[in-house]
Amino acid sequence: MIKNILNLGDSSIYYDFGDEINKETNKKVISFFNSLKKANLEEIINLTPSYNKLIVSFDLKKTNFIELKKKIEDIKTFNIDEQKNKKIKIPICCDEEFFLDKERLIKKLKLNVEEILEKYLNKSYFCYMTGFVAGMPFLGDISKELRTDRLKTPRVKVPKGSVGITEQFSNIYTFESPGGWNIIGKTPCKIFNSNNKVNPVLINPGDNVHFYSISKNEFLKLNEK
Amino acid sequence: MKSNFFEVLRPGINSTFQDFGRENFYHIGLPFSGAMDNRNYLLSNTLVNNKYEAAIEFAYQGPLLKFHGKSTVIAVTGDVNFSITKKNKKLINGECYKNYILENEDELDIISTNKSVYGYLSVSGGFVLEKILNSYSTFSRAKVGPFKGEKLFVNQKILIKQTSDFKTQKKIKYINTKIEYIRIIKATNFDFFSKKAVENFLNKEFIVTKLTDRMGMRIKGPIIENIKEKNIRSEGIVKGTIQIPPDGDPIIMLSDHGTIGGYPKIGVVISADYDKLVQLVPNTKIKFKLVNLPEAEKIYEIYRLETDNLINQIK
Repeated sequence: MIKNILNLGDSSIYYDFGDEINKETNKKVISFFNSLKKANLEEIINLTPSYNKLIVSFDLKKTNFIELKKKIEDIKTFNIDEQKNKKIKIPICCDEEFFLDKERLIKKLKLNVEEILEKYLNKSYFCYMTGFVAGMPFLGDISKELRTDRLKTPRVKVPKGSVGITEQFSNIYTFESPGGWNIIGKTPCKIFNSNNKVNPVLINPGDNVHFYSISKNEFLKLNEK
Repeated sequence: MKSNFFEVLRPGINSTFQDFGRENFYHIGLPFSGAMDNRNYLLSNTLVNNKYEAAIEFAYQGPLLKFHGKSTVIAVTGDVNFSITKKNKKLINGECYKNYILENEDELDIISTNKSVYGYLSVSGGFVLEKILNSYSTFSRAKVGPFKGEKLFVNQKILIKQTSDFKTQKKIKYINTKIEYIRIIKATNFDFFSKKAVENFLNKEFIVTKLTDRMGMRIKGPIIENIKEKNIRSEGIVKGTIQIPPDGDPIIMLSDHGTIGGYPKIGVVISADYDKLVQLVPNTKIKFKLVNLPEAEKIYEIYRLETDNLINQIK
């Protein structure tokens, strides 16, 4: 399952699950992540799952690489399929105003707007990881016909709530930030909420997300809340 | 009894509340944050008899604060210029690593840091703040932290916890020594770079640029040539990671870094050198030195003992 274990600096363990990026590999990462989270070792101060890696950051005052690596070997990993992961519905408005890369996508994908949206909305997406900026979910896999590269020159500011696609993935900009993904719409949903004391993010690794289309009027109404 | 508080007359450039940092939220994209220079944060707290209270971290220009209340004890650490103006206009030049009593309507002016970036202000008993996600640390980009994650602002009223009458004078001798080289460990993509690039990276000088903040430090020197892949699949990164983007100029990830990244990693700064790294001002020249993991662990043990000794000297 784990292909390679290395140190990243003097206070992190780097678990490599292999080069392939697919749901199966990622499920192994998330299963391992959930198992470690449940084990709740006091030496561990952060866990960062991504497509095919898990990074375990630890407190160098309490342990070290070799010691913790050994301790983790004894933790029983349970499978993600045995866990209940959430199914989340997210409204998206693909009105012209928010569909920032409409022209680019029509040209690149050789599809019309209806075809793009039909292919995008007709699928539920698996959350591979959350991060980069607080709460940003990396969702996949999008239809093969929608896959394209990122913008040559990234936008300096992508508006908060923008939904983007690039290669096999889709994401949501939880904050205004720089970014190079192709923007197809915008959600009024608050994906990151620091007032939620237990879990401030709506979408966690392993969750399933389905987008549903809303009109601009509905968007404006929901956005006021 | 009326509570003690600070009134913010001038917030300074980048003043935030910080503590040890926020654990266990990397997986949702929240960085560790916390005091950039952990040792100086600890020392400021110890000088006012606190343990793990939040301190005000400032960069370059610090805040101007007016104290209201009976009296309190404060301490400033780092390499910092500051003064206290008493109610009767008497001016006291502040010394770092020494505590001071403030009385009603005294003004504390943290003028600037000298040849370093960060300084810390602690107050006996600590500030009255709300913990957000188990920490007092401010991550202003996502607005996470006390006072809705904002930096200090004009007219802000910062309440101070009531404590028993701690008035003991405390002081230590401590000099923030400059570091000659930053010690690093090889990172997972070390072999992506040409032999020449690695040689340059480990032997040539780099300059800290102005594009440096709590998130990261951009440095400039010889271009680090990547001979394998310019981008990798996004994966987790940690504090101190040195990434090489396609342009070949290294970026060192600091406390507020994005939790995942897609640039190859050449090295990671060892934990013991982090406090000194973050204090380097733009235009400082730095060099890297490679150490292995057991060496890094040993150096950290020494760093830790030194810190403990300093704390024990104060107590």
